[in-house]
Amino acid sequence: MATLTAAEYEAVAARHPAVFAGSRRKQVTRLIVGLGFVAYLVFAWWFFAVGTVLANGNWGIAGVYLADWVSYETRPNIVFTSDGLKVKYPRFSAYSDQRQPEWVELQDVRAPGLAGRVAMTIGNGAVLVEPGQVSARRGGESLAITVAPDQTVTAAEPLPAWAGQKKPGGTIVLSFGFSGSVQIEGDEVKVRHRFWGWEDFVFDPNSPFWGKSLGEVMSLILSGDRIEPGMSNAQLAWDNILNNSEWQHGDVWLKLGQTIVMAFVGTVFASLLAFPLAFAAARNVTRNRVVNQVTKRLFDFLRSVDMLIWALFFTRAFGPGPLAGISAIFFTDTGTFGKLYSEALENIDDRQREGIRSVGAAPVLVQRYGVIPQVLPLFISQSLYFWESNTRSATIIGAVGAGGIGLKLWEAMRTNSDWENVAYMVLLILIVVFVFDNISNFLRKRLVNQSVA
Amino acid sequence: MTATTSDTALAVERHWHDLASRRRLYSLGGLVLMLVALGGSLWFANESSAGKFWDRLPHVFDFIDQLVPRDGWEVWRALFDLPSPYADGSLKYDYPDGRIYITQSFYIPQYFYKMIETINIALVSTIIGFALGFCLCFLAASNIVTQRWLRFFVRRFMEVLRAFPEIVIAGFFLAVLSLGAIPAILAVSIHTVGALGKMFFEVVENADMKPDEGLRAVGATWVERVWFGIVPQVMPNFLSYALLRLEINVRASTIIGAVGGGGIGEALRLSISRTHEAKTLAIVLLLLLTIIAIDQLSAWLRRRLVGEQAFAFGRGG
Repeated sequence: MATLTAAEYEAVAARHPAVFAGSRRKQVTRLIVGLGFVAYLVFAWWFFAVGTVLANGNWGIAGVYLADWVSYETRPNIVFTSDGLKVKYPRFSAYSDQRQPEWVELQDVRAPGLAGRVAMTIGNGAVLVEPGQVSARRGGESLAITVAPDQTVTAAEPLPAWAGQKKPGGTIVLSFGFSGSVQIEGDEVKVRHRFWGWEDFVFDPNSPFWGKSLGEVMSLILSGDRIEPGMSNAQLAWDNILNNSEWQHGDVWLKLGQTIVMAFVGTVFASLLAFPLAFAAARNVTRNRVVNQVTKRLFDFLRSVDMLIWALFFTRAFGPGPLAGISAIFFTDTGTFGKLYSEALENIDDRQREGIRSVGAAPVLVQRYGVIPQVLPLFISQSLYFWESNTRSATIIGAVGAGGIGLKLWEAMRTNSDWENVAYMVLLILIVVFVFDNISNFLRKRLVNQSVA
Repeated sequence: MTATTSDTALAVERHWHDLASRRRLYSLGGLVLMLVALGGSLWFANESSAGKFWDRLPHVFDFIDQLVPRDGWEVWRALFDLPSPYADGSLKYDYPDGRIYITQSFYIPQYFYKMIETINIALVSTIIGFALGFCLCFLAASNIVTQRWLRFFVRRFMEVLRAFPEIVIAGFFLAVLSLGAIPAILAVSIHTVGALGKMFFEVVENADMKPDEGLRAVGATWVERVWFGIVPQVMPNFLSYALLRLEINVRASTIIGAVGGGGIGEALRLSISRTHEAKTLAIVLLLLLTIIAIDQLSAWLRRRLVGEQAFAFGRGG
């Protein structure tokens, strides 16, 4: 057997350049298409002013928002008063004068929330606030800061890298990385301490179960005395969870249920209506050109008027809620299913139908035994496929007013302070989509196997 | 002998009856389950809706009343930004105010401009999604990548991109970048990466491996094997799926537009909520025509690329 050496390869290639170079036209076309894409992207960059928008973006806040997805902040303010240091919390905080977090230690307490000194541990650092004096430590470095009566803030030594001051005598900000920050102003110290996790996820601070360990809660439920005389402890706990003021579990689950129902009912009804219409649209089943064309154009119309338009219209008709979403999905998908079903019908095997017809069956029976067994698995499989994708669509049309979890998500995002709730809802949606995806895949696989066997 | 045969026949028939009745039982059970689920869902939907179904049913088509303009020509005036005879200074008849002037005298009507914006959002996101999905899909295909963990990781990654609600991505970037088209582009393209990546790797897994074998025999690197062995055969299918995705993305960017991403969706939402009948009709007409045109164009291109098989299934995940 002859083997070619590298030199012979080269020689062959040199003798037949056309084979190795490829056609010139193809190369030029490729080049033009590539350049066209680049030119288009440059145009789009200009058209959407991408550079300006990105430069003007509030990227600092993006980090905070992202951190809010999986963590929360506790924000005590320590105010310098003539009586001592007053520790204050925001209005809806879990903490108050009576209830201080573990990492805040009030020393020399004079009244609830009023102390002579306040010691705090933040991450790998610690801060001690005294009247007119703040001493901070992070890692091995420490810093002493004096707050003069004329409200000027000065550090005793040059500021380390983790502290910043914009102008002499002004506010000093101490950064403790992810763990938080301390802002020392002339009249108060603002502390932000960030913790991983979701705050008060199960019980809110108004609940008698708040702050108790799982064991304590269980023993209260199983054997404790009734906290509320009107209901058992288990009922109270469940009620407290559903009405958690921060997480609103009951409402979120209700809205999620609405979204699931929208997708389910919309898909089922669309399939049911599209089924008979598809028979009218298939030209091999209904031999009437006019009927075929009218139904097909109806499908096209329903499909092309976008789900968004239907959703906006039906939100006006039914008000926000699942009925609007159901109708929107129903209208759009009747068109989609009609198109898919009628195409499936037009591609059926005609021999089965002829066989049934040859034994003298009535027209309806011909369809029942000659056509439906062939197409039904396909129809159901397609409906299942859309069921899962409609669950996602239902989330989006919910946001434009059709209700459900989409609207709730949108409201949570608009306030820009509830990103942890957004994360919670996204997690629920991902779980639902994942579960439905698997159910629909499982059923589809079974159906397709059955029809093959 | 005859007795045994008929015994066998009887047994077969009995078995067939058993199977048939079990099948019937399963079908009936499935149907009952379905009806219960449907009934429960309907009851739940009705209970938790703001407007009750039976109370609101007579009013379902009320919105059509709100779509009747003062006269037929109003729709065209709204569509082409021509002055209206009913102009009273209100937003309802301010059609010429929306004109976008390109030169001194030549303008693009407002809704056409917004439609172009929406189409561009869809186009840019499809291109970005195509590029990234293209890069990712080979890493998820079992015939190209032998490392299980890598495939597993890439597939789960694409699944999350696909299932992550678009509206959350849009909402997040709207908070960071303020109103505009870029949050919409980001949201739609992130979803597109996941959706196209899944379609693509399934195509790659069905590719003919003989060219790859040949390239492997002459010592081609991994990238060369993919580029010269796989890409040429899967490219038509990839482009076909990308075109299908473009159709979906036009719709998706309209919807994202309605929640703050700009473009025609926003115009439509505003116009419907303010009951500007002529404007609403003009936008619906424009959207309908554009979507039909894009669907037809894409169908024609796909038919040229891969033939009839491009029409086997619906719009995809």
